[in-house]
Amino acid sequence: MDRTGTPLIEVRNLVKHFGSVIALNGVSMHVSAGEVLCLLGDNGAGKSTLINTLAGVHRPTAGEFLIEGRPRVFSSPRDALEAGVATVYQDLAMIPLMSVTRNFFMGQEPTVGFGPFKRIDMKRADDITRAEMKRIGIDVREPQQAVGTLSGGERQCVAIARAVHFGAKVLILDEPTSALGVAQTSMVLKYINQVRESGLGVIFITHNVRHAMAVGNRFTVLNRGKTLGTFAKGEIAIDELQNLMAGGKELQAVSAELGGTV
Amino acid sequence: MSTITEKNPPPGGTSDERLRKASFATTLLRRPELGAVAGLVLVSLFFAFTANPAMFTLAGVMNFMAPAAQLGILAVGAALLMIGGEFDLSIGSMVAFAGLVFGAALVVWNLPLPVAILIAFAFAVVVGSVNAQIVLRTGLPSFIVTLAFLFILRGLTLVGLKWASGGSTQLRGMREAAAGSILAPIFSGDAFGGLFTWLGQAGIIETFPSGLPTVPGIPVEILWFVVIALLATWVLLRTSFGNWIFAAGGDPKAARKSGVPVDRVKIILFIVTASCATLVAVLTVLDAGSTDARRGFQKEFEAIIAAVIGGCLLTGGYGSAIGAFFGSIVFGMVLIGLTYTSIDQDWYLVFLGGMLLLAVVFNNVIRKRVTGER
Repeated sequence: MDRTGTPLIEVRNLVKHFGSVIALNGVSMHVSAGEVLCLLGDNGAGKSTLINTLAGVHRPTAGEFLIEGRPRVFSSPRDALEAGVATVYQDLAMIPLMSVTRNFFMGQEPTVGFGPFKRIDMKRADDITRAEMKRIGIDVREPQQAVGTLSGGERQCVAIARAVHFGAKVLILDEPTSALGVAQTSMVLKYINQVRESGLGVIFITHNVRHAMAVGNRFTVLNRGKTLGTFAKGEIAIDELQNLMAGGKELQAVSAELGGTV
Repeated sequence: MSTITEKNPPPGGTSDERLRKASFATTLLRRPELGAVAGLVLVSLFFAFTANPAMFTLAGVMNFMAPAAQLGILAVGAALLMIGGEFDLSIGSMVAFAGLVFGAALVVWNLPLPVAILIAFAFAVVVGSVNAQIVLRTGLPSFIVTLAFLFILRGLTLVGLKWASGGSTQLRGMREAAAGSILAPIFSGDAFGGLFTWLGQAGIIETFPSGLPTVPGIPVEILWFVVIALLATWVLLRTSFGNWIFAAGGDPKAARKSGVPVDRVKIILFIVTASCATLVAVLTVLDAGSTDARRGFQKEFEAIIAAVIGGCLLTGGYGSAIGAFFGSIVFGMVLIGLTYTSIDQDWYLVFLGGMLLLAVVFNNVIRKRVTGER
């Protein structure tokens, strides 16, 4: 399955407890450079806990956590970022009132000058922002315009572009298409594909099987804190995946009732 | 994959046809300090017609700029903190408390002026940190935490003053104690005295019959005010820390995820507001030569109002330091300007409330403009 040898990120039998709650109970998955791993699971399957553990927000209770083949423990999101694991959360970590540029460089501003005269290199920041947006195909009229004026899809792309720009090797996308319309979804999916082609590993979290099928190379299904299995594209059909994700029978019944559209 | 249709990005230069070109007026509306500048123009026009022309002579301008500066130093600090998403209602009481600490260091312990100033600012760091730690650790709104300190500090000042002065609520003798110190000219009196004497002799500014200028120099608090407003604006708009202030106030969660040290930013901002209050205390105590329990009374509200007039949103993440600068000048103008008119001075309070209401409504509209909300 590995195309390039060592996976960029790999977990084996990852376990995470919150007090008496067992959020993750043996999760195994890995992602290599140049592939999109789709992490599928219904609500409560443990997707968010898994992301937060991968991103350094939580520390795993037990299990192996390997970055490029070496065991690592992230004690903060900053650690994860430095190791090249960037997460784009559902809420995007974008601030609507701030300009596109200020959002793009939030926390990692390019500076010029020394000591007390150190300041943001606004011109360079604006230029980089404009160039990065252009690469995605978003024409930012003025990078100083507030992020609040962008559409949901555009914001998602800006958030991804930001992670890529700051040297992410693994990109974790938390339901990037969940709140988007059709055109905007395709814009985001297209961009995910573009990112994959540039050699990054992408972990795409979703509960929409069709979106997963559109860009995924492999699919890992999560249910009740465990991985049910990993399948390569072509190994499994859409509805099989759907059923696996939902835990089977009930959905089939409902689906039959509604004429097979779920 | 194949179903995704290629959406051609518009060729370079041309913009999205659905986006109207931002007009000059819209661009202007995006500036948070617009309201304060508009307010300043309106108030100036009002007094130009109603007030005695003496108000806009050099002496008159210094007259209203001095209280504007005292309020403005607080307002700029308050504005930074508000943009950072927090309030500090204790700054008015902090002025009194810092006045007590500073005064006691000078006249009770007979310490030299530089040491007294250092001690006063050390207390500012402590009070600011305590405010910040409580707010950050409990997750309670800073509004309520600092409201508690509004009373605690005011009470401590009363108790402390009685102890320091032997039963009175006033402490005297600071000017004499500070006289002759090398730092005294930086924190008291008028600056550029030589220049003003020369201007008077050259006939450029008005003089008394004796030949001395009617305005002996620029009161130092005005210089402090201008320097602090410029510095705050630069930090806010041109440094990483400024970006973090906007981020911390706009959405602390998002900021944290992007690697912004939100807690550190807020701690520093609380220390900044307490330090601004301390600076005002040092300036006004040296100016008056005494301190009392009512120093800085209700200044926290005026400072916040000035910041709001200056374009700060109550919800944080948006605003301007230079706006607070203009907002404070509006205040000084109205407070002093009314004495140049035949209008009852107590209209000041009515104005204060009215201006606040207007500013809040205006800011709300602006915010929607900025974020493109409908």
